[in-house]
Amino acid sequence: MTALSDAGLPARPRLLRPAGLLPWAGALAVLAALWLAGGQAGWLNSYPDAWILPLRDWVSEAMRWLVKDASFGLFTFKELTRAFAGLLDLPLQICLILLSRGFAVPLGGDAGLLIPPLSWLGVTGALVWAAWRVGDAKLAGLVAGCFGYLAVFGQWNSAMVTLSSILVAVPVGILGGAALGILGYRSRAAERALTPVLDLMQTVPVFAYLVPVLFLFGFGPVSAMIATIIYAMPPMVRVTMLALRSVPAEVLEFGRMAGCSRRQMLWKVLLPSARHSLMVGVNQVIMLSLNMVIIASMIGAGGLGHDVLTSLRRLQIGDGLEAGVAITVLAISLDRLSQAIANRTSTPVHLQADQSYAVRHATWLGIVAILAGTYLLAFFLPALRSYPDWLTLDTGPLFDDLVQWINVHAYSVLDAVKSWLLIHVLIPFKRLLVEAPWPGVALLLAVAGWRIGGVRLGLTVALLTVFIAVTGNWEKAMVSAYLCGISVVLAMAIGVPIGVAAAANERVHRIAQNTVDTLQTLPSFVYLIPVVMLFQVGDFSAMIAITAYALAPAVRYTDHGLRGVSSEVIEAARMSGCRPWQLLWKVRLPLALPEIMLGVNQTIMMALSMLVITALVGTRDLGQEVYIALTRADTGLGLVAGVCVAFLAIIADRLIGAWSHKRKQELGLA
Amino acid sequence: MTDGQNTPTLASPAAPGSPPAKLICRGLWKLFGADAERFLERTGGDPSAQQIADAGLIGAVRDADLEVGEGEVFVIMGLSGSGKSTIVRCLSRLIEPTAGELVFEGADLRRADARQLTEIRRHKMGMVFQHFALLPHLSVLGNVAFPLEIQGVARGEREARAMEMIDLVGLSGRETYFPSELSGGQQQRVGIARSLAVKPEIWFLDEPFSALDPLIRREMQDEFLRLQRVLHKTIVFITHDFDEAIRLADRIAIMKDGEIVQIGTPEEVVTAPATQYVAEFTRDVPRAKVMSVRALMTPGDGAGTEGTVPADARVNEVAHEVVHGRKPVAVVDDAGAVIGRLERAPVVDVLAPGGPEPAPATAAAAS
Ligand SMILES: Nc1ncnc2c1ncn2[C@@H]1O[C@H](COP(=O)(O)OP(=O)(O)OP(=O)(O)O)[C@@H](O)[C@H]1O
Ligand SMILES: [Mg+2]
Repeated sequence: MTALSDAGLPARPRLLRPAGLLPWAGALAVLAALWLAGGQAGWLNSYPDAWILPLRDWVSEAMRWLVKDASFGLFTFKELTRAFAGLLDLPLQICLILLSRGFAVPLGGDAGLLIPPLSWLGVTGALVWAAWRVGDAKLAGLVAGCFGYLAVFGQWNSAMVTLSSILVAVPVGILGGAALGILGYRSRAAERALTPVLDLMQTVPVFAYLVPVLFLFGFGPVSAMIATIIYAMPPMVRVTMLALRSVPAEVLEFGRMAGCSRRQMLWKVLLPSARHSLMVGVNQVIMLSLNMVIIASMIGAGGLGHDVLTSLRRLQIGDGLEAGVAITVLAISLDRLSQAIANRTSTPVHLQADQSYAVRHATWLGIVAILAGTYLLAFFLPALRSYPDWLTLDTGPLFDDLVQWINVHAYSVLDAVKSWLLIHVLIPFKRLLVEAPWPGVALLLAVAGWRIGGVRLGLTVALLTVFIAVTGNWEKAMVSAYLCGISVVLAMAIGVPIGVAAAANERVHRIAQNTVDTLQTLPSFVYLIPVVMLFQVGDFSAMIAITAYALAPAVRYTDHGLRGVSSEVIEAARMSGCRPWQLLWKVRLPLALPEIMLGVNQTIMMALSMLVITALVGTRDLGQEVYIALTRADTGLGLVAGVCVAFLAIIADRLIGAWSHKRKQELGLA
Repeated sequence: MTDGQNTPTLASPAAPGSPPAKLICRGLWKLFGADAERFLERTGGDPSAQQIADAGLIGAVRDADLEVGEGEVFVIMGLSGSGKSTIVRCLSRLIEPTAGELVFEGADLRRADARQLTEIRRHKMGMVFQHFALLPHLSVLGNVAFPLEIQGVARGEREARAMEMIDLVGLSGRETYFPSELSGGQQQRVGIARSLAVKPEIWFLDEPFSALDPLIRREMQDEFLRLQRVLHKTIVFITHDFDEAIRLADRIAIMKDGEIVQIGTPEEVVTAPATQYVAEFTRDVPRAKVMSVRALMTPGDGAGTEGTVPADARVNEVAHEVVHGRKPVAVVDDAGAVIGRLERAPVVDVLAPGGPEPAPATAAAAS
């Protein structure tokens, strides 16, 4: 079909044309009929308990068997997990000794010699030096500021505990991810096996696999690290496959002409040629690992995450905020540092042949010199060893006062807003979803899938929906859908106008871009802190936190989509006399809609991942199920509920993705 | 596969007079698409273009025959998509041919197993790529030494050899630079030095200068000719630029839609185009650049001449001397013996084609 009418204006979506409406009307009619019938047949309204497939019990059983009885002949499964944990524990202990607690050498009796950890000033100085060498003075300043914050606000020790686990988890995640990526690059079969697993991993909420990890490895920093690695690894796998694939064909041919063996090809040609793209993966692993810091502390990570979590539980907003900001500054400095390193590797600069050894290796020599120098100096100047207490700032009370003040002065207003929204919007919507007959909803979704993406999509969607019902999670899933849905609508309502403004104005664009970038480096938990501070626990707080977290893609995709509309079409519309508003409404927005819908999709994904975290503020949805499973170490419950969340995400993703693709084709954009 | 595989005639020396063939390829086919080999068998090994298209295949190389002589610069020339890259990759088996025979130094290259092929590529083949294909993380020295490193040559030795090559291509002093710090022309010099580091017996160049701007391209062509005067390599050179082809080639193969339509010296191709297609191509080429003195001379002794010119010189190289001389010049062969004389008239005719025929550019504009 023709994509654009002669005036260059978008055609009407096919789904909305009369003939296409019939199946929709049918599905809606069935839904309505079932709703009415629900009065008579109770099983229509809520999925009967007797029909529930005891999947979670089976999973729990299987896990129990794995841990208790499974054996590989020479060793048991449990011994295997123990050995693996031990292997990871060793480097972690070394990092902890170096950065945080030092090492006590027992000298018999009570006597012992404490070998102290590295000086805080030394660690900061070494990083600043490295930042200056790989980046510029600005980066060095940033790193100095960030690590200075950690020291001044009394976060140093916790931060070093967190940094230690990052220092171990990140290399393991990178190596593991790269290894799997290489496997996927080399073998089609491996790739086909990996892709769906990666898809699922990126949609299953983190909590869901905290449970089996907890079950297999017990509570403690190593378990936390393993969960972090599992969470942070998938993007590295993808990036590796992509990076290796995009090595130019000529370079590969050169390798073959030079007579490289398979191994030489990989290590000497492919990986080095792809290293710039690989660094993107490294950066992602670092950021995701930091994102996991708080969540991982639920299964024993300690450090900053632990601080945030305990303060949050005790509603000590000030302390929580300080630790949360500490995670953020850690994330920002590591992010910028790794990006600077990535940029440097992509444009190497030659050295003069006559430069001395010291000049050529200045970065490393400098780091070692700073660390060693401050270490020795600290024996004479204890203030170098650990940051002196009397110089520490504590903003905790300040924030507690602020909360107090807000509660005293603004409580009535905030509460009124909250109550009004709850009564008039949130609760009715929730009831609508929860009370809708599940077979009708499944049918409606299936019809949607069929109309948008064909029979296969329809069937997939139907199966995923039915799985949720069959495993007995329907009601919880609908609560999730309601919270998520309302937050997404809100996020779009705020984000799209900002995106429109950003597309229209360079300055707004730059500001929005920077803000969005920064928002995305904040760990998701940090969003909870101010929200709980203002609105206490409950659905409303959850909604605000989810909205705030999911806002970024709404802005980004709208901006990007509008900017992507071809300038010729815009000129054509101008020539036919469109006024600015008409141009926006009738030309640019419709053409950018497929892209904006991808933004909606991303927003939903972000919302779902935040959903589980908001279980902490007392929602009653699937997230809460997963959270409960975590506290009870109930693997079956956690996994099944987690997979249900993933299925919600996948349903939304496939439907919107298919629609956007189809619409783009209709518009001749893809 | 066609019959006649491995017959002894295959590796027999080329016709007397021409140099011994280094690389021979006969009946070479490369069809892209599913089940190409089966398709070729089904169609008796000689499908028409229509049959190939109907089967949904792409006939990148169709029934190509060629022989590259020892020390020869063999240029394969054709428009974009005509199959040049594919054929040159088939010659080194970077791409596995669908059918056909390849004989390299008298041995059947298609029978070589992976190990042998690696050995041949390591020691006997070099290749230069259109987009240089340098390794971004290695310095110039590291890049040039890379093929030797792969072979396990000790560091000192390989770097000494690499320095020699860097010197040869005129990049001394830049050996510590990284590719991203070099201009396109310099990068291709690195590519050339790298491909020569293993002292290859045969040298493949796939549009080595196409990514460079015209001035640099010209300079690199001169550089290439200078190198070849020193090295006397057997060369397969790919280009889509006819001017480049006639400047560099001993012989040219012209490809169209996967087929070789003519093979010959630049002079033959220009003066006796095999098809309308080749004629179109060569129409704008100044004849003086390709015609040799031999083709214009009057056989005989050197009576009444003044000065000598070599028989294999191009007309434009001797034009000044002949046109401004008072007498015809004597033509001598390689050994210096006089074999004929060159008059002024034929030279002028070649330089300025007489008659009403308009200049090519105006002809194009008028039609
Ligand atoms: N891997 C492949 N799969 C399918 N078709 C291919 C493949 N490689 C090349 N072709 C096709 O084979 C034909 C010849 O391609 P080739 O790259 O050899 O052309 P070329 O003469 O080198 O052109 P250029 O000057 O653009 O490099 C083209 O039609 C091309 O599309
Ligand atoms: Mg090519």
